[in-house]
Amino acid sequence: MFQNLPFWPPAASAQAGTVDALYLFLVALSVFMTVAIFIAIFVFAFKYRRRPGHKAVQIHGSWILETAWSVIPMGIFLVIFAWGAMIYYQAHTPPPDADSVYTVAKQWMWKFQHVTGQMEVDELHVPVGRDIKLIMTSQDVIHSLFVPAFRVKQDVLPGRYTMVWFRATKPGTYHLFCSQYCGTQHSGMIGQVVAMTPTDYQAWLTQGGAWKSLSAQGNTLFQQLGCNTCHQQETQGRGPSLIGVYGHHVQLEDGRVITADESYIRESILSPTAKVVSGFKPIMPVFQGLLDEDQLNQLVEYVKSLGNAPEGAAGTPSLIPAGTKSQTY
Amino acid sequence: MADTSALATQEHEHSDLQHHFADMEQQKEASTLGMWVFLGTEIMFFGGMFLAYLVYRLKYYNEFAAGSQSIDITLGTINTMVLICSSLTVALGVKAAQRGKRKLLIVLIILTLIFGLGFLGIKGIEWYQKYQEHHVPGISFNISDIQHAHPKTPLNPGHAQLYFSLYFALTGLHALHMIIGVGIFLALLWMAWKGRFGPDYYTPMEIGGLYWHFVDIVWIYLFPLLYLIDRKHIP
Amino acid sequence: MATPAVQVERPNYLNSTHGIRSWLLTTDHKRIALLYLMSVTFFFFIGGLFALLIRLELLTPAGDLVMADTYNKLFTMHGQIMVFFFLIPSIPAILGNFLVPMMVGAKDLAFPKINLLSWYIYIFAGGLMMYCIVTGGVDTGWTFYTPFSTAFSHTQVVMAALSIFINGFSSILTGLNFVVTIHRMRAPGLTWRRLPLFIWSHYAVSIIFLLGTPVLAITLLLVFFERAFNLGIFDPTRGGDPLLFQHLFWFYSHPAVYIMILPSMGVVSEIVPCFSRKRIFGYEFVAMSSIGIAVIGFLVWAHHMFVAGISLYAALIFSILSYLVAVPSAIKVFNWTATMYKGSISLDTPMLYALGFIGLFTIGGLTGLFLAALGVDVHVHDTYFVIAHFHYVMVGGAVMGYMGGLHFWWPKMTGRMYPEIWGKLAAVTIFLGFNLTFFPQFILGYLGMPRRYWEYPPEFQVWNVLSTAGASILAVGYLLPMVYMIWSLRYGKIAGDNPWGAAGLEWTTQSPPITSNFEVTPEVTWEAYNYDEIPAPEEVPVG
Repeated sequence: MFQNLPFWPPAASAQAGTVDALYLFLVALSVFMTVAIFIAIFVFAFKYRRRPGHKAVQIHGSWILETAWSVIPMGIFLVIFAWGAMIYYQAHTPPPDADSVYTVAKQWMWKFQHVTGQMEVDELHVPVGRDIKLIMTSQDVIHSLFVPAFRVKQDVLPGRYTMVWFRATKPGTYHLFCSQYCGTQHSGMIGQVVAMTPTDYQAWLTQGGAWKSLSAQGNTLFQQLGCNTCHQQETQGRGPSLIGVYGHHVQLEDGRVITADESYIRESILSPTAKVVSGFKPIMPVFQGLLDEDQLNQLVEYVKSLGNAPEGAAGTPSLIPAGTKSQTY
Repeated sequence: MADTSALATQEHEHSDLQHHFADMEQQKEASTLGMWVFLGTEIMFFGGMFLAYLVYRLKYYNEFAAGSQSIDITLGTINTMVLICSSLTVALGVKAAQRGKRKLLIVLIILTLIFGLGFLGIKGIEWYQKYQEHHVPGISFNISDIQHAHPKTPLNPGHAQLYFSLYFALTGLHALHMIIGVGIFLALLWMAWKGRFGPDYYTPMEIGGLYWHFVDIVWIYLFPLLYLIDRKHIP
Repeated sequence: MATPAVQVERPNYLNSTHGIRSWLLTTDHKRIALLYLMSVTFFFFIGGLFALLIRLELLTPAGDLVMADTYNKLFTMHGQIMVFFFLIPSIPAILGNFLVPMMVGAKDLAFPKINLLSWYIYIFAGGLMMYCIVTGGVDTGWTFYTPFSTAFSHTQVVMAALSIFINGFSSILTGLNFVVTIHRMRAPGLTWRRLPLFIWSHYAVSIIFLLGTPVLAITLLLVFFERAFNLGIFDPTRGGDPLLFQHLFWFYSHPAVYIMILPSMGVVSEIVPCFSRKRIFGYEFVAMSSIGIAVIGFLVWAHHMFVAGISLYAALIFSILSYLVAVPSAIKVFNWTATMYKGSISLDTPMLYALGFIGLFTIGGLTGLFLAALGVDVHVHDTYFVIAHFHYVMVGGAVMGYMGGLHFWWPKMTGRMYPEIWGKLAAVTIFLGFNLTFFPQFILGYLGMPRRYWEYPPEFQVWNVLSTAGASILAVGYLLPMVYMIWSLRYGKIAGDNPWGAAGLEWTTQSPPITSNFEVTPEVTWEAYNYDEIPAPEEVPVG
């Protein structure tokens, strides 16, 4: 019977241990406080039970006690807050060299698009020991990607990217759930993450024939849609060159300096006038409604894959005055 | 003795004293506090929608500014004047009720009603204009005329729809409150006609006035936010 | 007070007038309280029925009792009915309406007709909700997240949103009545510092009613506009922001949980001193912590959104504020416990409920600390851990407080005592059934079982079975009072005017009270909880 009575989820990511440690501390604290209150109540109810000749003593209060049991809990809370904040900060800061996997959620399935070209549905193969970053968006309603074994969860929203990252530490197959109610088959929108040793993962990558990489697919689309007529490779055309733009600072018309991440690239395709690059006019056509999420991901990955910027290109770091503070987008 | 007992008798016998209050003063204070508290809830009510408007205004600046420029600032200004005048007649009316000046009060209430209905009529004309221009969110929504007015700035029709959705929601909610206000003042007109108000009892007029002033103030915020701000040139 | 040896029914608010019209058109706050009691109890059982169906479905991993869509409607409507038609009105509209005027020495609330209007608004809204249920129900979750609720759900979203929108006015008017009454109608000598803590907590609740509910109203109205008139405020394809809905929704719905708990805390603050024969420990601190909870409660809403896509900085701010709001609740728990120290304790039924409240609210509140911790919340958000947490505070807390209050003031309201043995039995049954139902859900949550799941992986089954077993026991626990309290109306022992020897102006009147509450408006010269002056019931000679 106890085989089917699990108490604890598997811990299969680098993050899992840190989350479990804080959780156990909180459990210990809660048990302590609960037992303390229960004992106090039981002891008082017995020791001071009503009986003849035994009168209650009227006590107004005690400043010392009130201060103590306000300040001490607040102090403990601050510790918990800081601890939890550190874990959360780490969870929200993917390492810069993490491998990306584009994720599209829709009612009621998960599509995982590896940059090497493989597309998986409801299943995600990852190598153990590598940082994996999921760049996620939804095609319809809000979903949420939850892998209990990795202790990660992030809502997946329509109209923008959200990210989650993890590093699997133990090979195995783990539950993947949708954890934001999304309609009829919400509880059916489940799958699995398959963590494999690096060798097994390499084998998995090569099986099933050759896949066209995501950035190559994006390149094709880039030409088909005519993006290259304005965003010429080497020089600035009617639009800024996109070579090396990913991950670097971009100066905008209104003076802001932002870091070009996936969300910036995506927004620039869908709503180009939101952030116009300094020195360029807001003439880029709006692609909102003309591309589906998969196509957007291809284009974003393509732009990411472009090399370093040529010297003196507008909007590139060399034109930004030294000491300009960048605004994280 | 005569004076105090006459006063006491008068208070005890005041036909408008409700049985659970100790005296007219407590009743008046309770009613006035009640109305102020209620207006506080109304601020929170409108506040939520103001917040939505401000969030989108910051996010979709171009479309919202273009939208602002496409609605009729002349009619909006006239309406603002109409409402301010109506608040004046309301304030004078409260004074008249307090002084027991029945005829003046009736005139002022009728003027208020005319102003209020005038406001609603002009608002109706504005809405009809929007309908004719295909700026009502829905199947026939079309902002090609607005886009033509700003040829060098591509405008996202979806974001423009947000502006107009909020325009109709905000002005519609405000108009609903005006209609309720008109209803309240019709009731006050009836009470004034019956000669119910005087120095010792004019509370309904006072709290009705508070409500009307509040609806006016909401418009004073709506008007700049919808019509006036960010009219700088968008190419 | 001595129980009269011969029972002659004195004129009181129950027998002063007869006929259904005298009830449906009453402006007497006490009768309105009873009207609420009947309707709130009705909705409690509808919501409870939905809960039982949910737990029956979850006995097995497969979805084999109802269809997926039906299950989604069940948990949605369980939530909506319990939150809006049971928990929020429960104590304020029943015990608050009955007691607030009496506790301040007034003849009625400031606006009796508006009080009746409140009830009719509630009934109308409830009728709309029942209509919604029988015409297909709604499946958005009680949280109505967009764009699912605005653009994807094919159910009665408009009707449900309208129903809750209208119901909000009932709350707002109740809050308005309480605030004006407490400010303007206190009896001579009744300073703020002499007010019972029940009044302080109802004052704090009223602040939240007044400032929070309108924001829910506008949020639901915008959902209604989007569905009915295609005004796409939350539509992502038009640039609408789904997070805007969440901010607006939670701005009310977080303070709403304090609406649900503060009145219970007020009840506990009345019961514990009475059955300890002692003034409350730290009166000013308990009073101020009610206000503190109400105020800080407005500043923490985005802790429901830590994984929703808010920025890191927003998350940090809301996490730290959420720890701040826990402090006043902790202060209360310590003060109640300290009140028992050197008291003279009697474990009558109301006291059992109050002590149960303290224990279970402590557990529920402590698990809130888990949720406020950003790193842990990521794992347990939207799992059964959250469900367990809020049921501990709402059911183990608020409902236990409600039951305790009903039992405590039953003699005052009806002139009858319920049978004490059955009272104790029901309290213990509820306590045990409750823990069996919800404690396993903490474990399920950390294991990773998401909420709102119609079917689940087989390894979660054993905990689910335990939980369902507990729910059946809990159901029995709630049915018992239904039976014996109705029984007591006819056959219960006649209660005296103050069977508990309790402090408070309401206990100086007859049971049941006369329509105008007091023959003469009292003049208060004593402090609250003057248990040094009031003899315990067994010390009063009988006869």
